[in-house]
Amino acid sequence: MAEAVDYSIFLARDAEGRAEVSLAVDGVDCAACISDIENGVKSLPGVVHARLNYSTHRLTVAWSGEGAPADVVQRLESLGYRAHPFSGRVEEEEARRARWLLRCMGVAGFAAMNVMLLSVSVWSGNVTDITPETRDFFHWLSALIALPAAAYAGQPFFQSALRAVRTRKLNMDVPISLGVILALGMSVVETALHKEHAYFDSAVMLLFFLLAGRYLDHEARRRTRAVAGNIAALRGEMAHRLGPDGVPVLVPVQALGAGDMILVAAGERVGADGEVVSGASAVDEALITGETLPRLVGPGARVYAGSLNGSGVLTLRVTAGGEGTLIDDVQRLLDGALSARGAYVRLADRVARLYAPVVHLTALCSAIFWLVLGASVHDAVMIAVAVLIITCPCALALAVPVVQVVATGRLFRAGLLVNAGDMLERLAPVDTVVFDKTGTLTLPDAVLRLPRDADPRLLALAARLALSSRHPLATALARSAQGAAFAEVEERTGAGVVTRLPEGEARLGSLDFCEAQMPADLPADCSLIAFRLGDARLVIGIAQQVRSDARAVVDALKARGIAVRILSGDRPEAVAPVAARLGIADYEGGLRPADKIAALEKLKAAGHRVCMVGDGLNDAPALAAADVSLSPASGAAVTQAQADAVFIGQRLAPVLAALDGARTAGRLMRQNLALAICYNLIAVPLAVAGYVTPLVAALAMSGSSILVTLNALRAGTSAAGPAPATTVEEVRA
Amino acid sequence: MTVLLYLVPIALALGLIGLFAFLWSLKSGQYEDLDGAAFRVLSDDDLPSAPRAPAKREPQP
Repeated sequence: MAEAVDYSIFLARDAEGRAEVSLAVDGVDCAACISDIENGVKSLPGVVHARLNYSTHRLTVAWSGEGAPADVVQRLESLGYRAHPFSGRVEEEEARRARWLLRCMGVAGFAAMNVMLLSVSVWSGNVTDITPETRDFFHWLSALIALPAAAYAGQPFFQSALRAVRTRKLNMDVPISLGVILALGMSVVETALHKEHAYFDSAVMLLFFLLAGRYLDHEARRRTRAVAGNIAALRGEMAHRLGPDGVPVLVPVQALGAGDMILVAAGERVGADGEVVSGASAVDEALITGETLPRLVGPGARVYAGSLNGSGVLTLRVTAGGEGTLIDDVQRLLDGALSARGAYVRLADRVARLYAPVVHLTALCSAIFWLVLGASVHDAVMIAVAVLIITCPCALALAVPVVQVVATGRLFRAGLLVNAGDMLERLAPVDTVVFDKTGTLTLPDAVLRLPRDADPRLLALAARLALSSRHPLATALARSAQGAAFAEVEERTGAGVVTRLPEGEARLGSLDFCEAQMPADLPADCSLIAFRLGDARLVIGIAQQVRSDARAVVDALKARGIAVRILSGDRPEAVAPVAARLGIADYEGGLRPADKIAALEKLKAAGHRVCMVGDGLNDAPALAAADVSLSPASGAAVTQAQADAVFIGQRLAPVLAALDGARTAGRLMRQNLALAICYNLIAVPLAVAGYVTPLVAALAMSGSSILVTLNALRAGTSAAGPAPATTVEEVRA
Repeated sequence: MTVLLYLVPIALALGLIGLFAFLWSLKSGQYEDLDGAAFRVLSDDDLPSAPRAPAKREPQP
């Protein structure tokens, strides 16, 4: 890139005050890449640190003086890697949380091992010849290890439980926290009273198991998010910002702010919402409204981020830039749809709502029961606490997250990046899948449609002429060009391009510009471009290409008893042929975002569980309104932020894989919950009867945890649906 | 039971050494890039070999 690029928005200061930048790097796939990249970047002037993270494909570069990210991008490009800087503040936050969870887990693991060492000695001593003094000594030692360790490692649960209680809700962390605190408290009292039984080992082992589950869950989500972040960053959306001196400088769109002037060249994507100050052009808003026919704009017209500029050059005044880029009414609809969906309660929390009161009531009842039978207050309280410890939902709290981790990993390999934690639970009961057409069922890139009597010589010339135009339709045509572009091509703004050939004047552009007639045998869903050479004319249709496996996926969905519909913003006559080709009977076209929401609400009111698959900005509110939503990685950034999962690649297969994976996961989650409840049905009567010793508690707890974990692992191997075909590597290639 | 007087401290000390080793490895970023570590062990960047020009890499098809 010969142009000046200003990446300064991505520069940050590290702990030592050095300028630092993080880049997403594409094409890292071998061991040699690491040293190539690091050595290549380190040899740049001023660079003091360059480290490539092979797992996340991120490069961190630090400079001693002023940073120059553009040099790094250029150097990587010359080495054969595409790279783009990005700001990872959110991810930095998540990485810190991951480290914290791991630290808690380490502490809990240390405590669990050492307390267990002491506990096993006590248990074996209790049936042989341990002296009460030695036992007390071991119990006090256990308390010394367990209390500080639990205070530290239990924080993730205590904090979450406190938050839940403050908002007057119940989640799984409330019974967990209560169980741990009671177990520890009672054990200290028992030790002080020189009794036989203490539950220090149960409390810390519980924390260790749960932290392991929670860390894995967090890591799985972080990994998919890193890949999604890389895809978004590598798209590298840039805009020409006009400096005070009128010279355009290429800046990342994140750097744009309201009031900036930007220059949009022909064929470029608009980087921010804005108002046209000068220039005239036709903009393709397929990504925003789904409409495939370009809209004419002139001074004073509003243009939205993500639309594709046609043949004219536009100067825009930015009205909303960077992250705030969004059409007002889309934002309004989005807010409404989001507040409507907030009602979903996760499966684990629903179980917790029932579970916690039942358990606490059982504990209370058993204490009263023993008091009535004439037991001492101490023994009654002991039994009540034993009930609480044995029901402390270790297996229950692992039942859902472990399935989620395994299933998310499997979907990741199938090309699906899961965004929302509860996406699998919401996807499992879906019975209706609604597709958007443009960019979802069809590919973002178009293909040519020719009339029957098309002259191949004319087509070849038209394609070469198209190389000189930046109009999107011409770009699609230019892809079939063989040979170089013509010299001396003149561009007529808003009409087309003209050149002189030995055979006469050659024109490429709109039908009027070439004085051509619409041929009868082109399909109705095409956009048209005409070529004229002398008196010979050729009209070429540019049509969208349906994803290669769309028909197979639609058929497979139907075979699973799922209704398939199309809701599109495009003209109905453009939707009809696609629907016919895919065998979808229910389709609607010409829908505005609000109409899409209304259509979804109608489906939901009829009792259907709806999954929406869409890519455009106009789909964002609909995605939020649906029960669950998917979006292709080629879609608008705002849309992806709303989607519960993003799929990568040219194929639609990940949608099917997601559904199958979610159904398997849903089944396993229920199985796991049933297992956990079965365990309680056996363990609680034992506890109420007073038979639960610390040894029994430890065995029951670890046994049930291991059982649900093993069951969850089946989510990764069960072979439902077709084998995952699109890998992340394939997409990059 | 005097054996406990030194066995218990030894057991605790061993556990604590393990814990601190883990916390240190976590702090020094050894869990940040688990896949990269497997490749880095193969690179000879610690040998005083002749400076090698960064290999031109064929772009992916």
